[in-house]
Formats: sequence, C-alpha cells, structure tokens
Amino acid sequence: MTLPSLNLLLQSILSGVFIGALYGLIGLGLGLTWGLLRQINLAHFGLVFLAAYLSYQMATVGQIDPLLALLVLPPLFFLFGALMQWVLSKFSITPFNSLLATFGLTVVLESIIQGIWTADFRRLESGYNDLKFKVFGLFVPVPELITFCLAVGIAVAIWAAMRYTDLGKALRAMAEDGPIAAAFGINQKGLSLILAGVCAALAAIAGVCLALTFTLAPSQIFAWVGVVFAAVMLGGLGSPLGPLVAGIIIGVSEAITMAVASPSWAPIVSFSLLIIMLLLRPGKG
Amino acid sequence: MNKTFSGILAAGALLAVVPWLGLPAFYESFLYLIAHWVILAMSWNILSGYSGYFSFGHGVFYGVGMYATAGLAGKLDWPFLATLPMAVLIPAVLGVLLGAVVFRVKAVRGELFALLTLAVTFVVATIIINTRIDGGPGVYLMSVAVPKFGPSASSSLYLMALTGAVLTALIAYKVQQSKLGVGLSAIHDDEDVAEVMGVPTYGYKLLALALSSGLAGLAGGIHALFVQYVTVGETFNITVPLTVVLMSCLGGSRHWAGPAVGAVLITSMLYFFTAGNNPVLGKALVGVVLIVVILFMPNGVMGYFMKRRAQAAARRSREIEQSLGSVVHAGLTPEAAKAPAAQVPAAEPSGQTLLEARGLSKAFKGVQALSEVDLQVYKGEILGLLGPNGSGKSTFINVVSGHYAATGGTYAFEGRELVGKAAHEVAQSGIARTYQIPRPFMNMTVLENVILSAMFGGAAMSRPRATEEAKRCLEFTGLAHKADSLPDDLNLHQRKFLELARALAARPRLVLLDEVLSGMTPSEIDEAIVLIRRIRDQGATIVFVEHVMRAVMALCDRVAVLNHGKLIAVGPAKQVMSDPQVVSAYLGKPHA
Repeated sequence: MTLPSLNLLLQSILSGVFIGALYGLIGLGLGLTWGLLRQINLAHFGLVFLAAYLSYQMATVGQIDPLLALLVLPPLFFLFGALMQWVLSKFSITPFNSLLATFGLTVVLESIIQGIWTADFRRLESGYNDLKFKVFGLFVPVPELITFCLAVGIAVAIWAAMRYTDLGKALRAMAEDGPIAAAFGINQKGLSLILAGVCAALAAIAGVCLALTFTLAPSQIFAWVGVVFAAVMLGGLGSPLGPLVAGIIIGVSEAITMAVASPSWAPIVSFSLLIIMLLLRPGKG
Repeated sequence: MNKTFSGILAAGALLAVVPWLGLPAFYESFLYLIAHWVILAMSWNILSGYSGYFSFGHGVFYGVGMYATAGLAGKLDWPFLATLPMAVLIPAVLGVLLGAVVFRVKAVRGELFALLTLAVTFVVATIIINTRIDGGPGVYLMSVAVPKFGPSASSSLYLMALTGAVLTALIAYKVQQSKLGVGLSAIHDDEDVAEVMGVPTYGYKLLALALSSGLAGLAGGIHALFVQYVTVGETFNITVPLTVVLMSCLGGSRHWAGPAVGAVLITSMLYFFTAGNNPVLGKALVGVVLIVVILFMPNGVMGYFMKRRAQAAARRSREIEQSLGSVVHAGLTPEAAKAPAAQVPAAEPSGQTLLEARGLSKAFKGVQALSEVDLQVYKGEILGLLGPNGSGKSTFINVVSGHYAATGGTYAFEGRELVGKAAHEVAQSGIARTYQIPRPFMNMTVLENVILSAMFGGAAMSRPRATEEAKRCLEFTGLAHKADSLPDDLNLHQRKFLELARALAARPRLVLLDEVLSGMTPSEIDEAIVLIRRIRDQGATIVFVEHVMRAVMALCDRVAVLNHGKLIAVGPAKQVMSDPQVVSAYLGKPHA
C-alpha cells in the first residue's frame, strides 16, 4: 500500500463525489417509494437502464442531444410509473412481495433491453463525452458535472416540495399513517399515483445521466442494486436529501479506498458502512 | 417413521435409478440442477420461510461452501468428499457468528434483515477476491477427481446432489414438524408474544440459521465440482438469493415442501426456455410468471391449498355455531355457562408468598413508569392491580413477564430470582400472561395457538399431550368449535377468551391478566368472571389488571393500587378503595 500523491487523492475524491451523486440520484426515487409507499421497487433499476438505452438510441440513431432526452423521457416515464402503481394498488401487497413482483418486472425489462439492444456493451457517443476543464489542477468532466448538478438540484427541489407544499405535507402524513390521513380527507390513491409517477420520472433522469457517464449492458442492471440500496438505507427511507448525502459519502470512501488500497477493495466500504448503520441505528426506516 | 418421511426416501430412491436407465446425458444435468436448487430453496426456507426472517444472504453461505471445496480440493488437493464436511461446517459457523450479532438487535427484522444479509454477501465476496482464497483469477477444479457413484461423472454429481436434496427435504420436514418448527412459525407471526409464551427465540433463530447455512454450503460444495471453475463474480451475486426467494414464494414458504415445488417449476422453466430458441423471451416469461404469482397467489402454490383447507374449516365451525343456536353465542359451553358462580368456594389465600417484587423499577428514557414497587403476591389469591391510565399496571405485567427488562430492583417467583432472565425463561418457570389487545398468532389455527403455549410454557408438554391439553382449554373457554379456524375468524370477545385459553394451557402457577374484560358486554363480563374464578380454582394465582370495578369487587381477594408508577395502597378491596390517597389518585384532591 503506497500513499498516492495529494493531487491524485483529490482527483479521486472528486470522482467519488461525482459517482456518489449518481448513486444518490438513482436512490432518490427508490427511497421515496420505499419510505412513502412502503414498496421496494426493484423495477426502478430496470427503468433507469431503459431510460439510459432510450437516450442512447435517440443520440445514436436520431442524433438528438442527450440533454433533450431529459425533456422527452421523464413525462413518458411518469405515465408508466403511475400506470404501474395503478395496477399494484388493485392488490394489497406487502413490502416484501412488492420487491418480488418488481423484481419480475425488472427481469422483463432486462429481457426487453437485451432483445432490442443485445447483451453487448453500448456507449452513448455525444459531444459531451470528452468535454472537461481544469480547476485548481483537477480535471472536471462535463457529463459528470451535469449529473452532479441535476442530482443536487432535483434533491433540493423535492426536499422543498415535501416541506413547503400542501402536496408534500399530504404525502408525509400519508406515509406516517395512511388510514388517519385518509380520514382527514387526503386522497391516498391519487397521491400514490403521482408519487409513483414522479419516482419513475426520476428514474428516467437518472437513466440519462447514467448513459452520459457509463457504458451500458443489460447485465449491469443488478450491479447497481447493492450500492444504491446502501445509499438509500444510510440516507433514510423517504428522505429526499439523505440518499444524495449518503451516496456521496459512499462514493468518496470508495474512491479513497481505490486510490489507497486497490479498486477491488472498494465494495467493502459501502457495505460495511451499511451493516454498521443497520446494527447501530436500526428502526429508523 | 411416518408417511411423509418414507415418501421422501422413496422418491429419492426412485430418482436414484435414473442414471442406469440409459437416458441421454442432458436428463442428468437437468435433474442435477433441479436437485441443486431444491437444496438451496429448501434450506433457505428453514430460516426464512419458517421464521419470516427473509434472508438475502443465502448466496454468502452457498458461496462460502463453494469456496471451501474449491480451496481445499482445488488448491490444497484434498479428496473431494473430504471437503464436503467443511463445506457444511464453515458456512454453518459463519451463520452462527452472523446470527449471534444480528439477532441481538431487535429492530433488524423484515426488509432490514434482508438488506443486512445482502450487504454481508458483498463484504465476504470482497474479502475472498482480495485474499489468497481466490485472489482474483478464480479457482479451477479441473484436476479434482469426481467420486464414482454412478456410471459416469455427471451421474455421480447428480446422485450427490440428489442425496443432498433428500437430506435437505428430510431435515426441512422434520424441523417443521418438531418443536423447533412450531416455535419458528410463532416467531414468524409475532416474535414478542412467542418469547413471552416460552419460545427461546434467539436460540431457535440461531439453530435455524445454522441448519440453513450448512445445507446451502453443501449445495455450494457439490456445485463447485459441477462447474469446475469458481469465480467470485459468478458466485456472490444477487442471482442466488433472488432465485431462492422466488422459488420459495412461488411454491409457498410456509410449507416445508413449497420451496421444492417452486424450485422444480422455475428450474424447468428456465432450463427449457434457455435451451430453446429464444432464451431472452424465456427469461421475460419467467419475469411475467413471477409478477402474476405474487399478485394473484401471494402465499404461493402450497399456501393456496393451505388457505383452501382453512376456509373449509371456518365454514364447518360456522355451521356448528348455527346448529347450536343461541346457547353458545356468547362463548361458553352449556356446562360452563350453567356452573353457578356462587357455588365456587372462595379459595383462601394461603399466606405463602408466590411472587415478590422488591424495589422493582422501570424507566423509559426519562419516564419512570414503575418506581420502586414492593409487592407480594400470595399463593392462591386473586390480586387486583388498579390505578388510573398510565399508572404502571401494564408495565408491571410487562416487567414481570420478562417482556421489558427492569431498570432497578428485583423480583422472585417461588423463591427464584427472575430479574435479567429472558421472557421465555420466565414463561417456562410457570408465569403466563394475556394481552389487553389480543395478539394471537394469525397464521396458526386457534387450536395450534393453544398447543404452542402448552408445549413451550411452564408445562413443557410433548405435542400429543399439548394437543389434549389445548382441546381441554378450548372446551373450558367455549372455543372448541373454533379449534380449526384462524384467529381472523374470531370476534373480539372470542379472541380475549383465546388469550385466556393460551395462558391456561401453559398450566401456569401465576397468571397475569391484562384487562381481559375491556370491550366486553355486561353478559360477556359475567361469563369471564366465572371463568377467572375457575382458573383460580384449578390452582393458579392471578394478578388481575382491570378497570371494571364490578369484576374487581367480585373477584379480588386483595387489591393493589398504582399511581405514577408508585404503589400507593394494598389490602382488601373495600379498605383500599376508601383510602384517601386512592380516592385522590382517581378523583383528584379536594379543594380545601
């Protein structure tokens, strides 16, 4: 084990912040449905990848700027998420069974992706790929910076919406005690449709960011599950800012581990953190 | 040996003939995979299906078993069969160590337990890939000799997996039929109540986890030889845990055979689709099947049949109720209802101390719920525990039954110190309790609810005797016709009587009754009063928390009054009720 130079260390911390922002962005929608609707929506990962592939398709075939995909995909995904929730709400489903059912959906999405785009790796080639600039001797890649800004902006916006709007207050009341909230005139069903739609739209945004920064393969869907779950649990279920903060903590600690030890040790950091958090601060979910 | 047991063995023997039938080799590898997944799914179910602790960490035990064999046979040249005991033992020890930590943290249940075990999988995987156990490139077992059991190497592998599957099925069945299985299914429904009824929940969970992880390790050990090349990426991923969860849920995780049904269905489906022309479509279909099953059959195939049976039982009990008409409408059997209350002799309290609390205290963070209570309960008496809401009555019961640990003071039962003992030890020493809001085990029939208490409580009866005793208690409380119904089918007052039946079946020497009468109609209260007297006449001592003063006056030899956690008066009912301190506790202080 050799200590890397300060510059290298700072550069890895920066890249840890960037990847952590993506963890947080993916985890945001997952944590909201988990905390507020009591559903563990594994299909979130499938949707993220579907959106990533769709923006890849738009960029490669249609020559459409990937950032324009941000305008097209979220509304479409909103409808899909609301539809999914509408179907799920017909059944009284336990959190655990929601995990299983949405796992089934993820497998279906994975098959669809594999059927259309094959199992090979795909890379979105756009003008943003190699854009980067230098600040204080550190390279800042533009696609990652876009991801970071989106992740922070959206998390803060949702935090504000939850805190200050009537809709947000109704959502929090519903999460705390659904039947009581309903007795006070809150339309549970409508709210959950909106929330599920918003979370699916968040998956679409995260998917575009994923396509901007990562190489895609259908088999990669499940590779993200563990670490994003860790970010969601650490950040707190249903919390809008928590997953982002936790994601960045995980990303940075992984990056430091990679720089100091070796890349293959990186997963141990996030998962040990998760285990310790679960054992020491349980029951907050 | 019973029918199921010999059935499993016969099925195993029948399947063992396959290698000599001269079928194409693909049948062997297909059947191998089925046996492989049967072991994994059934072993997962022993902890997760029975006790409800859904683990996503089954892959870690499977993987550690795989690497135990891979390391010992592939790197250290042990003969393959010698590695299998280690492939079982190492994961089992790992399971016990993990459980010893995790099961101590009460809040890690449900999804949190699933996540934690998943996280452990990735931590162990990272350690293995970065140490000499693997080191990165994977471990080859090409040079390891396959032991000869059948005509070919692939048939030998199949026979080993089949043996493993038969062994797993026997263990899974045996566990579910045993006391361990009964306890685990009580943990599934309501762990706190299970503990209070005498189930050693911590030990049982550890034991189940050890069995579960050891068997998963066995499947891993055999599979290492089957695949001949073991890598971390292929072993410790999310596929194994998700697949076994899927199989068990499809088949029904409450039934020992459910996971095997699911394993056969899903393995066949995957095998035929992936072997066919369109593997991607096949995979998508598996996903669709999963969605449909979870939405329409949330308890799986076996669960569906079990539910049908329970519904039939409920129908029968309703028919009995209708044919008996109004005589039993309120719960008691005709004989019990006729028993004249006045005839019951007021058993004289013996003066012998049964339970003695000395300075017993319980604080919740800042709130002193129970403050230095000194109280003696005499053998054979009915002691009423009174006090305004929040005065500490229920806390007293929760502390004495071991549900809460006391924060100060001691208490002794029959001269034995009980402070610091786990709730199940308290129950086994002869103390039973009821809950104010009934907490039956929702997935057990009424009869099974009571049997559990007789098996695990102070009486510690064998299952047949417990069944007899449970039937007697149901007769006694007028619930005999509901024996095969699920608690969902009972109304509030029947549930309260079920609480009483459960407490009685443990043959306790001390019964703690927590507001059994609340929510009952006056005529139901009359019946309950008769019943409580009869419980005492069977030799039990009763501590009786109640707000219904009519019942308190009718039943209690002495009353004790708590206020703000402090004992303010104790003595004969009439005398205590005129105590000025008691009056002011209830009505407030008079203005001077």
